[in-house]
Amino acid sequence: MGDDKSSDNEQGSQLQTNTMAENGSTPSQVVTALQRTHPEWITEIREALSEVTAIVPREHIVSVCTELKSNAGFNFLADLCGADRGLEEEPRFEVNYHLFSTTHYQRLRLKVLVGEDDAHVPTVTTVWRTANWHERETYDLVGIIFDGHPDLRRILLPDDWQGHALRKDFPLRGYEPYSLK
Amino acid sequence: MSTSTANLPPSIEIIDRPLDTQMTISMGPQHPSTHGVLRVELVLDGEMVVKATPDIGYLHTGMEKLFEYKKYQQGIVITDRMDYLNPLGNNLAYVMAAEKLLQLEIPERAQTIRVLFCELQRIASHLVWLGTHALDIGAMTVFFYCFREREKILNLIEAASGGRLTPSYFRIGGLMMDLPAGFEARVKQFLDHFPSALNDFAKLLTGNRIFQKRTQNVGRISGEDAIDWGLSGPCLRGSGVQLDVRRANPYSGYQNYDFEIPIETDGDVWARYLVRMAEMKESQKIVTQALSRLRPGPVKADAPKVVLPDREAMKRHMDALIHHFLIVAEGFEVPAGEVYHPIEASKGELGVYMKSNGTPKPDRVHFRGPSFVNLSALPDLAKGAMIADVVAVIGSLDIVLGEIDR
Repeated sequence: MGDDKSSDNEQGSQLQTNTMAENGSTPSQVVTALQRTHPEWITEIREALSEVTAIVPREHIVSVCTELKSNAGFNFLADLCGADRGLEEEPRFEVNYHLFSTTHYQRLRLKVLVGEDDAHVPTVTTVWRTANWHERETYDLVGIIFDGHPDLRRILLPDDWQGHALRKDFPLRGYEPYSLK
Repeated sequence: MSTSTANLPPSIEIIDRPLDTQMTISMGPQHPSTHGVLRVELVLDGEMVVKATPDIGYLHTGMEKLFEYKKYQQGIVITDRMDYLNPLGNNLAYVMAAEKLLQLEIPERAQTIRVLFCELQRIASHLVWLGTHALDIGAMTVFFYCFREREKILNLIEAASGGRLTPSYFRIGGLMMDLPAGFEARVKQFLDHFPSALNDFAKLLTGNRIFQKRTQNVGRISGEDAIDWGLSGPCLRGSGVQLDVRRANPYSGYQNYDFEIPIETDGDVWARYLVRMAEMKESQKIVTQALSRLRPGPVKADAPKVVLPDREAMKRHMDALIHHFLIVAEGFEVPAGEVYHPIEASKGELGVYMKSNGTPKPDRVHFRGPSFVNLSALPDLAKGAMIADVVAVIGSLDIVLGEIDR
């Protein structure tokens, strides 16, 4: 599939500059190489169910994304979502970035862990414009604040909604947003 | 300003140049061409769009929250209601994510039937897009023909699953049940007629000068921008990027089927139209191949603690009855872990992020809806267009608000 397709795909692949992934590296090799050059960027690499997850400290997420996008071919942000890991967990929240390479068809997950009292993550809208709505949704439903986001408003729930619906301590029902108190 | 109007009072000057003022209007949420309840806040300079801001959330029903309170198998029916034009695709993404966590092996026949139905559903979804998109632009006839063809597919889905729009036919570990008797012949009957129907649609639109003028050079986006905006599916392929999850990360045995991935390079509404029209032909090819590969065999995985037993087995075997009771009453435990499973839905990459904590209920389920991401590029696509073109652009993105708002 690879060879005859790449000629059809000339137009698409001109968009990317590939150095690391060009030599057929797998996602885990890419992140391991990245960890070797910048040990502070990636704290842990997990491999499970044939998926690779790299835990990234939040202050380095923009650098890691920029590096992976420009030098490893991970040019497509497939998904970005937040999750509440549970009230007792420390740190309580996580943000998952699902990266995809449109030339090598590889996928990689980056994970940022943030605590409840300081739920701030730098925005990656500067790297991919598609992050805009994903980050708004994560802010709306999980309550993570993306620093530097150009338009961080609620997206699915009304502007005057109280609380963040996907947090574990938010009730499924019985919530009266407009009660007169 | 010319000298002849220089000594007129200023109020006359404003009337003289009405286009200097910008006007903000709300398109929707009840506008018929917004395909559901989408509101677009348009800032207009005359008839030209200066800024378009989509406002979503009118259909938000907290589905992602609901998943966390339902057992894994109960979540399947929620997925039907997301992208309601492509419910079998949603079922597939969801059950495959759970199957990946459970590491289940799905029998060959079940996989082939899944492919068959997903492609039929893709045709049905594209037919709704084609009918409504043409209707938005002003061609009414196509709409009726498209819905007539779609009806035949819905009848097929109904014959197998009992539901037309909410089939929930794919289950964790396989299918709800095997195909009914005589089903293959009915699919063949549909396949025999479909190419000529598709040809008719193309005749009505492709050579139509009005349709061409309304769609060519409208809502252009380059391949580079499309990737930056995260566009997927026909919207991305219309911009010259040959990317299809069925090829990139094959699932359900798609690597064994012979089909093309149509692309166009113009990146406008017209290109996206051509891509979808070609895709329907490819889907038809895949259905034909799947049909010829159907061999008798089981349609459920050999995992009695996860898959419901057959009705007959339940009447005769004590252990089947116990398993049935336990699965229904308590559910099944899924090993802790997290997966992101992408499939190529009719509108693009549909990804399910599923996180399990080892209990019968998921810890987190997130749907990466292609409509959600594709719509987020609307401000870029509609900027500088005429107000009537916004309708064409929204139609060409093929959005379903049920999936966007979840």
